[in-house]
Amino acid sequence: MSLNSNKFERIPDRLPPINSIGWVAWVKQNLFGSVSNTLITLLFFYLIFLYIPPFLDWAVFNANISGTDRSVCDDNKSGACWTFVKVRIEQLLFGLYFTLNPDQTWRPILAFIVFACLLIPLVIERTPHKKWLLLTLIILYPVFFVSVVGGGVFGIPESDASQWGGLLLTFALAFVGIVLALPLGILLALGRRSKMPIVRSFSIIYIEFWRGTPLITILFMASVMLPLFFPSGVEFDKVVRAMIGITLFQSAYTAEAVRGGLQAIDKGQTEASMALGMGYWQQTIFIILPQALRISIPSIVNTFIALFKDTSLVSIIGLLDLLKIAQNSSRSLDWNGYDIEAYMFAGLVFWMFCFGMSMYSQKLERKLDTDRNTE
Amino acid sequence: MKKFNLILGAVALIGFTFSSAATASTLEEVQARGTLVCGVDGGVAGFAAPNNDGRMVGMDASTCDAIAAAVLGDANAVKYVPLTAAERFTALSAGEIDVLSRNTTHTLTRDATLGVNFTYYNFIDGQGFMVAAADGLSSVDDLDGASICVQSGTTTELNMADYFRNKGLDFTPVGYSTSVGTREGLEGGACDAITSDASQLAAIRSETSNPSDWTMLPEIISKEPLGPVVRQGDDQWLDIVTWTLHALINAEELGIDSSNVDEMRDNSPNPSVARIVGSEGETGPSLGLSQDWAYQAIKQVGNYGEIYERTIEPLGIARAGSVNDLWSRGGIIYSPPIR
Repeated sequence: MSLNSNKFERIPDRLPPINSIGWVAWVKQNLFGSVSNTLITLLFFYLIFLYIPPFLDWAVFNANISGTDRSVCDDNKSGACWTFVKVRIEQLLFGLYFTLNPDQTWRPILAFIVFACLLIPLVIERTPHKKWLLLTLIILYPVFFVSVVGGGVFGIPESDASQWGGLLLTFALAFVGIVLALPLGILLALGRRSKMPIVRSFSIIYIEFWRGTPLITILFMASVMLPLFFPSGVEFDKVVRAMIGITLFQSAYTAEAVRGGLQAIDKGQTEASMALGMGYWQQTIFIILPQALRISIPSIVNTFIALFKDTSLVSIIGLLDLLKIAQNSSRSLDWNGYDIEAYMFAGLVFWMFCFGMSMYSQKLERKLDTDRNTE
Repeated sequence: MKKFNLILGAVALIGFTFSSAATASTLEEVQARGTLVCGVDGGVAGFAAPNNDGRMVGMDASTCDAIAAAVLGDANAVKYVPLTAAERFTALSAGEIDVLSRNTTHTLTRDATLGVNFTYYNFIDGQGFMVAAADGLSSVDDLDGASICVQSGTTTELNMADYFRNKGLDFTPVGYSTSVGTREGLEGGACDAITSDASQLAAIRSETSNPSDWTMLPEIISKEPLGPVVRQGDDQWLDIVTWTLHALINAEELGIDSSNVDEMRDNSPNPSVARIVGSEGETGPSLGLSQDWAYQAIKQVGNYGEIYERTIEPLGIARAGSVNDLWSRGGIIYSPPIR
């Protein structure tokens, strides 16, 4: 009994033309959208064609990895000599002491494994009790690291810190710098904004002094000048001196990054917390800092990444960090001439650490950002 | 660079006055510690660089080993401290190291102003030039108008400028900050020749993809006697380091090496040999060391010739007839008698 025998029926949408969907469209739109785009695309394809295949030939297809001495590489100079990296891997990662005493190599390996075990759950979002984990990493882990790698306790033979090297040393310097510089930096940033004149001027002088001095100068002073003020025989390990120098330097930069966050917090927040009867420390710890640190994460991580790379400056005071030991290894009679491989390896390890830090900070930002939006 | 050296000198002097006051003798310190702390470069092939096992090897490192063997009876009782050129003298003055064995050139200014004493030489270097073998050059005079790769900011650069000006030759310096850079410059064709110390040139040549493509010119335009350095003010230690080197050279003169030292000690009728290996005379005790000091050094490290053969020869620096050969074979390596 329907009036309209001609029912309105929905005709299915026609598919878009083949050249506006899928990868064809993507290529057309992004790579060959206009004349200039097309030219740039072609140029880059040409450059890729020019440089990537020879590089891959060198680094992968023709590369040498077999054998244990340079004769393999000398016979085939058209490829990279990864045999060198393979033979020297312990030296590059842990330094001379642990290479000279292969039965002790488990110590740095254990230290790195424990670090990974603590760090990975921290990165995974759903882990419970993150605070305790973080505290373990910051407070207990350094003690563990020093006793296992440094030795001298529990019957583990002592290893002189100045004989550490490679990634182990780079890691130790950067870890100490990061863990100690953050609290120091926060205190300095608060100090700089304090109303107490002595605290404020001390913080300003401190920050401006350390920020105005190049790290290389600080390291040089720590290495060369400091011992002159101790009587001979009083030994103050070079690594410890470098750690102190790096921490003092880094805390000034962290302070400025944190101060940026503090300045972005609206005055209303302070006033509101005052109205609730909170004292200075309560305000700071519960209201101001959580917000300020959240804002300053990118710049803090930025300084940490810079620090990780800056640790290679310790080679100026004769410490064999990852970069320096790579260089020295490739200057030995067994392997001289294969310095490019050494530098590529060091570069790759540096990149992995820095990229990891960068990824983590981006993840943290996204997470905190969503938290804020749903509040 | 000169100004920098002056400042370093001043710093080193301060360090010297500070440290010398309270110091026990270096020998006592080393013996109490049980290890010799030795400053090396750590990244120079043939002089001191880590081998696959993580041990420093090379002429400078072996010199440390020999001193440790003489003083402590154990060539392995050495802690190597890698030092940069800038901090080496301060590290010595401040007492961080017992002996500096880091291809250090003996010069008047250093000796007189830095609060250090030079002992003897373990390698005599000098600045030379390396060119492509295909160019067929035979002398530095052929380099008129050439561009020359050099590590900038070094005395090498200044020496070259002096030498060319003195000879009235034209040249264009091409500066690099590292020796690896100069090598790449030469291989890449950025310059016609490269200049550095002869030992460095040999190391650079061994690093090129085809070492036989490059040849060294005969002229050596500077004197670079290298050897271990000690703090000023401890004459006994100065004697010990100096005479350890002399013992290695004497051993080579007398034909004592690490493989035959036991046999020589037991059977040799030569009184000079007997005095070195300690079966006669009082050479060790007069230095404050044990009777078998030189025996230990020779037995564990080898005589000078053996060390040279092990460390410098592989770089491609032949010894026969060069300045680094024994005086009796046309070189200038000479040692006073051990008696």
